[in-house]
Amino acid sequence: MKLKQITACLVAATFFGSNPAFSQTTKVSGDVVKIGVLTDLSSIYSDLAGPGAVIAAKMAIADFSKDGTVIGKKIELVSADHQNKADIAANKAREWYDKDGVDAIVELVSTNVALAVMEVAEQKNKITLVSGAGSVTITNEKCTPNNVHWAYDTYALSNGTGKAVVKQGKKNWYFITADYAFGAALEKDATAVVTANGGKVLGTSKHPFPNSDFSSYLLKAQASGADVVALANAGQDTINSVKQASEFGINKKQTVVPLLMFISDVHSLGLNAAQGMYLTEGFYWDKDDKTRAFSKRFILQHKRMPTMVQAGVYSSVLAYLNAVKKAGTDDTQAVMKVLKSANIDDGLFKGKIRADGKFEHDMYLLEVKKPSESTSPWDYYNVRAVIPAAEATQPLSLSKCKLVTNK
Amino acid sequence: MFELLGITPQGLVAQLLVGLINGSFYAILSLGLAIIFGLLNIINFSHGAQYTMGAFVAWIGLTQVGQWFGFPEFSINYWFALILVPLVMAGFGLILERTMLKRLYHLDHLYGLLLTFGLALIIEGMFRHWYGISGESYPAPELLQGVIPLESIGIILPKYRLWVVVASLVVCFSTWYVIERTKLGSYLRAGTENPKLLQAFGINVPLMISLAYAYGVGLAGFAGVLAAPIFQVNPLMGSNLIIVVFAVVVIGGMGSIMGSILTGLALGLIEGLTKVFYPEASGVVIFVIMAIVLLIRPAGLFGREK
Repeated sequence: MKLKQITACLVAATFFGSNPAFSQTTKVSGDVVKIGVLTDLSSIYSDLAGPGAVIAAKMAIADFSKDGTVIGKKIELVSADHQNKADIAANKAREWYDKDGVDAIVELVSTNVALAVMEVAEQKNKITLVSGAGSVTITNEKCTPNNVHWAYDTYALSNGTGKAVVKQGKKNWYFITADYAFGAALEKDATAVVTANGGKVLGTSKHPFPNSDFSSYLLKAQASGADVVALANAGQDTINSVKQASEFGINKKQTVVPLLMFISDVHSLGLNAAQGMYLTEGFYWDKDDKTRAFSKRFILQHKRMPTMVQAGVYSSVLAYLNAVKKAGTDDTQAVMKVLKSANIDDGLFKGKIRADGKFEHDMYLLEVKKPSESTSPWDYYNVRAVIPAAEATQPLSLSKCKLVTNK
Repeated sequence: MFELLGITPQGLVAQLLVGLINGSFYAILSLGLAIIFGLLNIINFSHGAQYTMGAFVAWIGLTQVGQWFGFPEFSINYWFALILVPLVMAGFGLILERTMLKRLYHLDHLYGLLLTFGLALIIEGMFRHWYGISGESYPAPELLQGVIPLESIGIILPKYRLWVVVASLVVCFSTWYVIERTKLGSYLRAGTENPKLLQAFGINVPLMISLAYAYGVGLAGFAGVLAAPIFQVNPLMGSNLIIVVFAVVVIGGMGSIMGSILTGLALGLIEGLTKVFYPEASGVVIFVIMAIVLLIRPAGLFGREK
């Protein structure tokens, strides 16, 4: 009898010991891997992030494993609306990390929200994967060891579009800038690129945020005689500026350059007003077979093509789950170590995560098609250039991130 | 001297014209508010949402209605929308007044304000849910596309914007004429002063009040159609504007018809000039003026103290 029991125990021990799924069960906090999509579900950024970001995260989980598990533990997804307010976002993050056992928070559109949640995550030793917010500050002055900045940043936008346009010989710039932190940061980054490439800034108008009538600023930009009217604003402000620029015929003599614009904005503007503009994105649904395959599945659920932010959420959730699998635990430091050491290539984004938490990948310089060139719904861009990862990302030598400067 | 200010005389004229265009939106919206407040004593906080709704109804008429009924070729163009949408909106206003607002007349202003504010949130929320936040594009009618290039004096003006000024001035001043100079108008004015007395003369005062509300809402709808080709038709367009329009009404004097028209135009101009000389202040200049006016003349520039 005894011998039998001992053998059984030994067999069991060998079995459990050799099977990683069982040996590591204790290493998953709360016995579940929980991801929170904290996004703008109802307000000004809800079209470019919002409900579409939640769908993207769900798709990533479904693509990762059919039964919704990682290392034998269930994957759970929660989502909430941060209403673009840093205090609401920080409170939700605290609640999620402390009470609900959330391991990683993804998306986080708008810089003030992202920075607030990153701070909470650092205190609680949890993970943030930012796709929606754009300021370079996120991986520069305010970087944290627990964060990855996924889709794009203001450095990439300015270097992509800014450089390309100056190189076309359009050297004199006029800025129409939203009068808040993001606008100022974008204007500053773009100004640096313009002057570094031999261009000149002739003037700038700061407009209240949000604003609906841009005619006065556009008239000033027109009177300045600049080659380029650059828009350092976002969302509805950009849409209205572009629309009114075309109304005033400004886009015929001067080049209107929106420094940040998503495909959802182009969609709602229509090609008539948007045609011919250059913009920089990290993702375009019609780039290759892989992006098309993903996007066609996405549009079935969301009725709209994915934006760069939504694609970023998919990519970040997938990479996170892969890292958990490889690390065999959801422990923050172990997962971050795997994330920062692995090469990421999921068909949407391809690159590496640097020490400062910036996911370095290629960006694309896109030109909006003329209505006559567009042959199907959402056929909006010609890819004019690929901006290599090294050029689209601030060099580590210039970094002010504590993780880089301490080394 | 103009060079000192960083702008040419032509530039200044262009900017003033642009200011006038915004002013005409302020005028037409604040006129609707003034009529509703003057006759119903209701602070119609859903005015912005009704303006949004006007723009959306026009957009739906242009792009969706045909598809709904299986005739993709059919659409209601801009010129029809300009007449049809205000009528639809007036009908909507009539229903609101009959079913909800009517019950509040004997209560404090505050109840009307809260109800209409709630309505505004509901209307906005519905459009946001159906059509998303970035909005939809509404092209200007072909006749009014393009610009008037007065390049010899350095001014470029979109034809459509000039049309907006003309259309809204015509509507504003004919409304003023009807209210201040006709018999119908005198009944309306009497109705606000002493409804009981007027009723004793055999005039159907409740009907008159309902129609006045409907007309106010119709004006908001009309402004919505006018605005659709300039701005993106989006759920927030009304709430962006309504606070400014309320400031205009307060500056002009609550309930004063001429006051709302003239202050609307004047504040559009002042705001336009601020955008030229100190753009950062353009978002607050109207409220600064409001504060000053309230200190000096609490009833507003054209208002009467009660």
